[in-house]
Amino acid sequence: MATQQLNADILVIGGGTAGPIAAIKAKAKSPTSRVLLLDKANVKRSGAITEGMDSVNNAIIPGFATPEQYVKEITIANDGIVNQKAIYAYASRSYDMICELDRWGVKFDKDETGFFAVKKVHHMGAYVLPMPEGYNVKKMIYKQIRRLGVEVSNRLTATRLLVARDGRIAGAVALDSRGGDLVVVRAKAVVLATGAAGRLGLPASGYLFGTYENPTNAGDGYSMAYHAGAELSGLECFQINPLIKDYNGPACAYVTGPFGGFTVNAKGERFIKSDYWSGQMMLEFWRELESGNGPVFLKLNHLAEQTVTRIEHILHITERPSRGRFHAGRQTDYRDDLVEMHISEIGLCGGHSASGVWVDEKARTTVPGLYAAGDLCNVAHNYMLGAMVFGAIAGEDAVDYAADLPAAPDYEEAQVERERERIFAPLARAEGLKPADVEYKLRRLVNDYLQPPKVARKMQIGLHRFAEIRADLDRMKADNPHELMRAIEVHAILDCAELAALASLHRTESRWGLYHYRPDYPEKKDEWFKFVEVRKGADGKPEIFHREVPECLFPIDGEERQAYDRLRIEDPSALKIGAH
Amino acid sequence: MSEVKLPNVIVDHGKCIAAKGCRTCIDSCPLDIIAFDPVDGLIKQVHDECWYCLPCENDCPTKAIRVEMPYPIR
Repeated sequence: MATQQLNADILVIGGGTAGPIAAIKAKAKSPTSRVLLLDKANVKRSGAITEGMDSVNNAIIPGFATPEQYVKEITIANDGIVNQKAIYAYASRSYDMICELDRWGVKFDKDETGFFAVKKVHHMGAYVLPMPEGYNVKKMIYKQIRRLGVEVSNRLTATRLLVARDGRIAGAVALDSRGGDLVVVRAKAVVLATGAAGRLGLPASGYLFGTYENPTNAGDGYSMAYHAGAELSGLECFQINPLIKDYNGPACAYVTGPFGGFTVNAKGERFIKSDYWSGQMMLEFWRELESGNGPVFLKLNHLAEQTVTRIEHILHITERPSRGRFHAGRQTDYRDDLVEMHISEIGLCGGHSASGVWVDEKARTTVPGLYAAGDLCNVAHNYMLGAMVFGAIAGEDAVDYAADLPAAPDYEEAQVERERERIFAPLARAEGLKPADVEYKLRRLVNDYLQPPKVARKMQIGLHRFAEIRADLDRMKADNPHELMRAIEVHAILDCAELAALASLHRTESRWGLYHYRPDYPEKKDEWFKFVEVRKGADGKPEIFHREVPECLFPIDGEERQAYDRLRIEDPSALKIGAH
Repeated sequence: MSEVKLPNVIVDHGKCIAAKGCRTCIDSCPLDIIAFDPVDGLIKQVHDECWYCLPCENDCPTKAIRVEMPYPIR
């Protein structure tokens, strides 16, 4: 295999949602800078929004919500453990980002006056902006990438960051998953936007690629940031979502809720007050599934024909458009039938929960010159629009950081050689384990030992099993560059599994509903009102430490603080809305 | 090139214009599971790693692709 050398002022890794906006904003701010956007797939169709998005879940639009209200809502939804400054950095740019996307040609739902038609789904405020024609988001963004002349390089899987002797970021190493070359990129600043760790748990179907997240998002960014010395935050605050059973995509309450759809148990009764995805809501959802009232369904069959048709026109053409095909195969029709739901495999994701690389309000990680944005960073409940805004913040700040450096920092060549050996070893073996088999076993063990309810003894056993799998990494065999990519992804998945187990063991309380539900420590405790963080220690092993919750910009009243703890409907008979 | 035995990404080779150099579906696939076989000149699913996300089908200029649900979740 050959080695390719690339150079950039600003390297953006990940061409899904946050990455393209980071690249666009960096190039717009500094047209003479070399901005390089790398993607494991093809930027035109990569990431979580490959087929667009069916709604903005956190639009902060004047007349409907204020940044202050939003910061408070997310603070409460995430049990107070947030950096309000970072959430406010998103909130204060949310509306401008929507207007800019609107100018680029992204279609949002509008009322008869032409203004954005916001709906209420959250427990407290109104933040949901439907996107009935949201299938073209990536295409509109790609136009801007071309217009500005951002360099794009596809089918490169970044595997390790390069770090200078003084700790500054210096670039990245990647595998060309088609040609099999090693690619070394020197850069002054790096923006990591590689998405969630979506291939952590195994879906109940057992199908490796039937994940909630786009399975290209294997957790590479978590692993890269960790090995570069960055601080990872809240890895015990898992992502777990309520989904269509087996299909494993969103049902989706954000879209159907404003039209009158809702979640019911087997008796046809509502049991949660708000379908907004939070750990507290997921705990009630899980309890219902496990109770005699299970399973849980999405109910639309009480709605008018025109309403159901409208819902189908959104759900079956955007975000996960094969939903309609799946229902047809099961002879499920929204008009007559309830849609069976279940809960997803576990994952790490800042965008849906709060498990990510620690960033401040400028999207800076704790490694100088390294930024993180989108699902990978720990800005709670940030979703698609938050990914875009944090991408913008990262891209713009990276321009200023890079401007102060005469050249990309030097790094020791040994870093590249170690990485070359790690990536290509499976190709040299005459025989060995198939990467898919190792991945299957690892992710099955993640389900067995890390899926809530989390129990100390189980997680300790899990860590032992993970250590055994670590020895198996050196026995994997690959026949081609594509399989090499899958093999190196298994390394990242294993890092995520170990770090998630360590963080979960460390927090000896229960918090965030199902996301960190520990029956061995069932109470929420004030002494744990702090972030649990992890970084690579001097001995090369994970080091767990705490970070205090920064002072609130917008303090929460005592009464409001418990709002998300009261999501269960105690007396369903008093609430027989729309039941036949 | 190891073809998937029971593909869920179905290519209608009568409609497919790979012979004219089209590689749209190959570029669109996030998981990189579709490839051009130089031996017989056909586009094929080569890895069992489909996320049933549909860009291959939606971007195809001749509507030559149909994605079915992978068997485990059908």
